[in-house]
Amino acid sequence: MVDVPLGPGGVVAPTDIDDVELYHPHSWVTKYVFAQDAKVIAIQYALVALSVGLIALVLSWLMRLQLGFPGVFAFIDANAYYQFITMHGMMMVVYVLTALFLGGFGNYLIPLMVGARDMVFPYVNMLSFWVYLLAVLVLVASFFAPGGPTGAGWTLYPPQAILSGTPGGQEWGIILMLASLMIFIIGFTMGGLNYVVTVLQARARGMTLMRMPLTVWGIFTASFMALLAFPALFVGAVMMLFDRIFGTSFFMPAIVEMGQPLDRSGGSPLLFQHLFWFFGHPEVYIVALPAFGIVSDLISTHARRNIFGYRMMVWALLAIGALSFVVWAHHMYVSGMNPYFGFFFATTTLIIAIPTAIKVYNWILTLWRGNIHLNVPMLFALAFIVTFVNGGLTGLFLGNVVVDVPLSDTMFVVAHFHMVMGVAPILVIFGAIYHWYPKVTGRMLNDTLGKIHFWVTFLGAYLIFFPMHYLGLMGIPRRYHDIADMSFVPQSAHTLNAFITIVALFVGAIQMIFVFNLFWSLRHGRPSGGNPWRATTLEWQTPETPPPHGNWGKEVPVVYRWAYDYSVPGADQDFLPQNQPGTARTAAGPAHG
Amino acid sequence: MASILLFLSLLALIGAWWLSRQGLASKPWLEQGATAALPPADDTPTPASKVALWILLAVIGSFFALFISAYSMRMQLPDWRAVPVPTILWLNTGMLALSSVALHGARNAARRGEMTDLRWGLVAAGVAALAFLSGQLVAWQQLTGEGYRLAANPASDFFYVLTGLHGLHLLGGLVWLGGTIQKAWRTSDTGSLRLPVDLCATYWHFLLFVWLIVLSILTGWAGEFIDICRQILT
Repeated sequence: MVDVPLGPGGVVAPTDIDDVELYHPHSWVTKYVFAQDAKVIAIQYALVALSVGLIALVLSWLMRLQLGFPGVFAFIDANAYYQFITMHGMMMVVYVLTALFLGGFGNYLIPLMVGARDMVFPYVNMLSFWVYLLAVLVLVASFFAPGGPTGAGWTLYPPQAILSGTPGGQEWGIILMLASLMIFIIGFTMGGLNYVVTVLQARARGMTLMRMPLTVWGIFTASFMALLAFPALFVGAVMMLFDRIFGTSFFMPAIVEMGQPLDRSGGSPLLFQHLFWFFGHPEVYIVALPAFGIVSDLISTHARRNIFGYRMMVWALLAIGALSFVVWAHHMYVSGMNPYFGFFFATTTLIIAIPTAIKVYNWILTLWRGNIHLNVPMLFALAFIVTFVNGGLTGLFLGNVVVDVPLSDTMFVVAHFHMVMGVAPILVIFGAIYHWYPKVTGRMLNDTLGKIHFWVTFLGAYLIFFPMHYLGLMGIPRRYHDIADMSFVPQSAHTLNAFITIVALFVGAIQMIFVFNLFWSLRHGRPSGGNPWRATTLEWQTPETPPPHGNWGKEVPVVYRWAYDYSVPGADQDFLPQNQPGTARTAAGPAHG
Repeated sequence: MASILLFLSLLALIGAWWLSRQGLASKPWLEQGATAALPPADDTPTPASKVALWILLAVIGSFFALFISAYSMRMQLPDWRAVPVPTILWLNTGMLALSSVALHGARNAARRGEMTDLRWGLVAAGVAALAFLSGQLVAWQQLTGEGYRLAANPASDFFYVLTGLHGLHLLGGLVWLGGTIQKAWRTSDTGSLRLPVDLCATYWHFLLFVWLIVLSILTGWAGEFIDICRQILT
């Protein structure tokens, strides 16, 4: 680790640190393929995750085709439909969102934002990516395995997940899925240790925890949660693999299949649900907390306003992280639990609304009387707030046992979780890519294309998911391949599914504009300079853009202030970078706390 | 799920204690200058690998705590038949303890700067750990011989899975230990070995601790504890 020498009197001496202990690549392969530079690893993670995202997008199209026009597409039979659902869900939640936020943004931003030269264990970091890629390959391989991928639903509930009635249950699908998850978790643990320890041990001089940008706080807290929550999925996966391969009965009850009693004793399917959701609920916040952090920074930067209530924002992140471990059973209200259990979990679930609401208030109060620049990253950030509030409110519905029981297993739930942990985090991912692309490439993304992409995605998401809430309230069930009889729904709602499908196809196709923009701007984008957004955080203060291996040239930065000195009265440029010494700020600026 | 919740509460307490020393109540918008964050001049920072190891131990700890949670939930169901504990487990436990003691000796030798003691301490630890692993395989064989094969009964399934996963963790440690032994034979500078030996010893003590807990669960000594946990939740 690099340590800054102290001058007399505890004053920080001008730093002249050799970029010691960094592995320097000597060939194209070690620079771009088996890279140990966190920034290259970040791009590798992001590209793989975005590719998986495109596959999952196509799967959602296929599902929507079936729902919108049942019976028209003969190749989408019931088995294929369930396989699409399962793979879409698992890919999006684990292999896209988790990998992109932690592996992608975590790798790129943590070292740069805390003023480190790289992650603390670059070699382990490289392994983390390659293990992740292996997990993706194993997962995708199940498309080509005999019997195809598993169709057990992304929750993989036993006993159906490993019975012959479920696609992939008695073939390769479920085995490859469980193996892939286990590989993913091993890879993530390597990465996660890096993210956490880098924040703990490799911060630049002067970077106290309370001076870290909220992006780092979000990723840091989420990494910790993921390290502790993923083992639950791992344990569940190990036991289910044993049930599937060796015929044990951890989860398998005594059961009759196709008239034949199976050689199983009385295992507990409920045990799997507990393990799964012990991972599954923190997972929601593992995706949400980095999004919260990133959005805070986008809003503060593009509204030229210091973040309102920084301390509260940090405390709320930590509170949400801790609380998210004691709410898991709200996913299991209909599993026949003791009503007192339901009461307990409904209470903890609703309590989470408090720190979350604090965050939303603080975002809005940051915007209040700010100098709002409605550029593309800001548009996405604002859209996130609206979407997250929408999705969060339906979460309050579903958190109550009595409301959840009738709504459970309807499209209402699908609409809810897509708003809150599908659309909302993806809006942040887009905003973050538009925001940090100039640092990664040295060029701006095209603004017009970005605005088209934004408006179609934002409005399209609402056209897709608002009607879905309504269908759910009407009682349209989820997970059905074909709802043959629609007579229980008002006539006017009969065409809604077809409408949703057409919008989904269109919005999905428009994402190609974004992909095109990514590649086109690489060559033809406007050169951005080092700090196009006039931002305060350290990643914008690197001597070169894009930053080379080692990030900081000869001297690592020293941090003199927090990350949110915007619109500073008396400052030359209206903002003060974190590494700028001096006392240009006067007491006139209203301090938020 | 009581044991994992207990474990996580413990971690949360440690986390809260640590956070309470990080100035979370400070008002960063009023601070300026780099000096506020400076540690005292004689403060040597904890090596990153040490911090990483402790966090890894927390991850492995939650992994086993989850298994124990699953064990205690599964054993309530009527098809549970307790498994007789193979006697060789006692010998194995002794071996693992011996291994841990040897590594502790190696750690002390590294601090004193005695290379020979250090080298033999490491080798002894490795040999004892291998003996432990072979002993575990013998225990598996004995159980299978008595008819408690895999998939015969949930209790025996847990026996194989828990001992197997514990063994895999030890095997991972042995790879690291092997590298350290190699290093110890190439260099005569004990100072450069202090950290890796230190890390090995910590990991070994932790795995011994996990093994003792797993053993107490498998032999049923922890039955009362499990009952208490269950009562908390019902």
